Amino acid sequence: MSAAQNPSKGAPLIEVKNLQRYFGAAAKPVRAVDDVSFSIQPGETLGLVGESGSGKSTIGRTLLRLIEATSGQVLYRGEDLGTASSGRMRALRSKLQMIFQDPYASLNPKMRVKDILGEALQVHGLAKGKEARDKRIAELLELVGLRAEHAGRYPHEFSGGQRQRIGVARALAVEPEFIVADEPLSALDVSIQAQVVNLLCDLRDRLSLTMLFISHDLDVVEYLCDRVVVLYLGRVMEVAPTAELFARPLHPYTQALLAASPKPDPELKNERIALKGDIPSPVNPPSGCVFRTRCPYAIEACSTARPELRDMGHSRFKACIRDDIPVPVAASPAPARMAA
Amino acid sequence: MNRLEVRHLSTFFDTDEGLIRSVADVSFSIRPGKTTALVGESGSGKSVTSLTLMRLLSRTASTQVSGEAMFTNRAGQTLDLLSLPEAGMRRIRGNEIAMIFQEPMTSLNPVFTVGEQIAESVRLHMGLDRAAALAHALRMLELVEIPAAAQRLNEYPHQLSGGMRQRVMIALAMACNPTLLIADEPTTALDVTIQAQILELMRRLQAETGMSILFITHNLGVVAHHADDVAVMYAGRIVEAAPVRELFAQPRHPYTQGLLACLPAQQRKRELAGGQVGANRRLYAIRGQVSSPLAPPPGCAFEPRCDLAIPLCREAMPALLAAGPNRAVRCIRVEETAIATVEAA
Repeated sequence: MSAAQNPSKGAPLIEVKNLQRYFGAAAKPVRAVDDVSFSIQPGETLGLVGESGSGKSTIGRTLLRLIEATSGQVLYRGEDLGTASSGRMRALRSKLQMIFQDPYASLNPKMRVKDILGEALQVHGLAKGKEARDKRIAELLELVGLRAEHAGRYPHEFSGGQRQRIGVARALAVEPEFIVADEPLSALDVSIQAQVVNLLCDLRDRLSLTMLFISHDLDVVEYLCDRVVVLYLGRVMEVAPTAELFARPLHPYTQALLAASPKPDPELKNERIALKGDIPSPVNPPSGCVFRTRCPYAIEACSTARPELRDMGHSRFKACIRDDIPVPVAASPAPARMAA
Repeated sequence: MNRLEVRHLSTFFDTDEGLIRSVADVSFSIRPGKTTALVGESGSGKSVTSLTLMRLLSRTASTQVSGEAMFTNRAGQTLDLLSLPEAGMRRIRGNEIAMIFQEPMTSLNPVFTVGEQIAESVRLHMGLDRAAALAHALRMLELVEIPAAAQRLNEYPHQLSGGMRQRVMIALAMACNPTLLIADEPTTALDVTIQAQILELMRRLQAETGMSILFITHNLGVVAHHADDVAVMYAGRIVEAAPVRELFAQPRHPYTQGLLACLPAQQRKRELAGGQVGANRRLYAIRGQVSSPLAPPPGCAFEPRCDLAIPLCREAMPALLAAGPNRAVRCIRVEETAIATVEAA
């Protein structure tokens, strides 16, 4: 199914197959990620969206084996990361990197910037010798919009936005092919977010990076991503190219998510699809479709079988048994990136 | 008459490193039954403004508050919240003026049931006995649409989800039928679908009770749909104040213009309007970062980041001047900013 999900030909860079990650006691596990499959083509930016508890961060971490999967596979260029030895995994990590959410917690406060960046170079045997290393560190800092003389400073001497730039520089130090960016903007103020979005866009284009962009901010996802996977309670609800997803959301959850996100324009009236109640507990998810308890279109059949992710044409997939759901028309006259 | 009229409010903190002007010369008003939003990024002074108004900052020698906040109570009397004796303030706090906070977990007491916490406030302010107060608490939980309210009444905060806790906070705030609700980032800790529920609830309660709301947030999307008047804060000062539609349609201060321009949704709108979809994939970004409050720039606080800055901007802090009816802008180049907006549109 994951191969069919991609319109473009050629082998995917990352393939996730039936990924599961359960936490806690085997008798009553927290089903953080439950049978998730998708793939990412080289050069593609895939958005992973969902609310808290949807499993998006767990997926990001499982992809890089920062946590082990309970079952399922993650393939990088066809190689199964789950069975790779720790030595092999270490070598692969120079190709697979991560940018974390909190730029305050993800940098060691006792290390200078040059040591934070230098450690990554050293571990992977890049830029050997002090001179080469200093030169590379200066290069990296300039790449992310900082200055070479910042190398001697400690993390606390920087603002939040600058720290996130250091986090980006650290990920880029080892010349990765693939980056997982886990909510890299959510700890930043709006005016600083725009700077970091531009930085990520520039670097992605210059270094032809492939990216998994995890976020709950739908506006940024629409701006930055080629394709989007919508998660709810550890399962995939909908997969679609960005422009199509935002113009014509097919799944009731995607529709509700888009309607709930307030647009910064008082003239645009959000049509309201108010979802009742809270997200159910992942310890005891509803039978059948996990979204049915909050879904305005739920019918009897939704509780019996778990809906498969079905091919809806035009590279779109949805996990919903109903095809008679009205599709809201986007507020903007044309999808933003179609004409590009 | 306005529900609240804040004039020249300043809150300074004398720290070991120097004097920090968290809130400086802030003036705004809130109309009866309407919502005024204070918008700004972290450190802009919006939360300190609300804590100062509620007199929740500890009154130590290091905190210096000046200005006035004229509040019109239910009886029609106008009182200055900042100079009222503590006993008088205690009669108002949680009664005429209620507050809800960002983090519903840390603002509820973990060792009391939800019902006891709501009952405490109505016993104090409305003089109800224990049984009547609990009955009132139950009505409040029903008012904020908590399912199985009678059962929830006897539960502790940890037994509730984040959205439910925020509903309890709102029930607590509404218990004495306030005329002014101060909501400090009430939905920031919540998911978007839950945020939509809470905002809808606040809107309904406002329509039913006619209370005024001071809405403190950094989220411009929420402001666009839930505020009537907006005051934008930067580095402790209001840089622009306007009715919500006018602010979004034609922002006049360079900071407000930048703040709106750097939103991805606005970028798309510009692309569509200009017919150049996807032509320019860069977001507009305000350069640099907020100056340290210990070393503010000599003139306009936004000058180091401003595209329109001229040498004169460095000489003195510009005054907040009227720019048309109901609008005020703190910028000496306000004539040019109007032209810039027209050209961009």
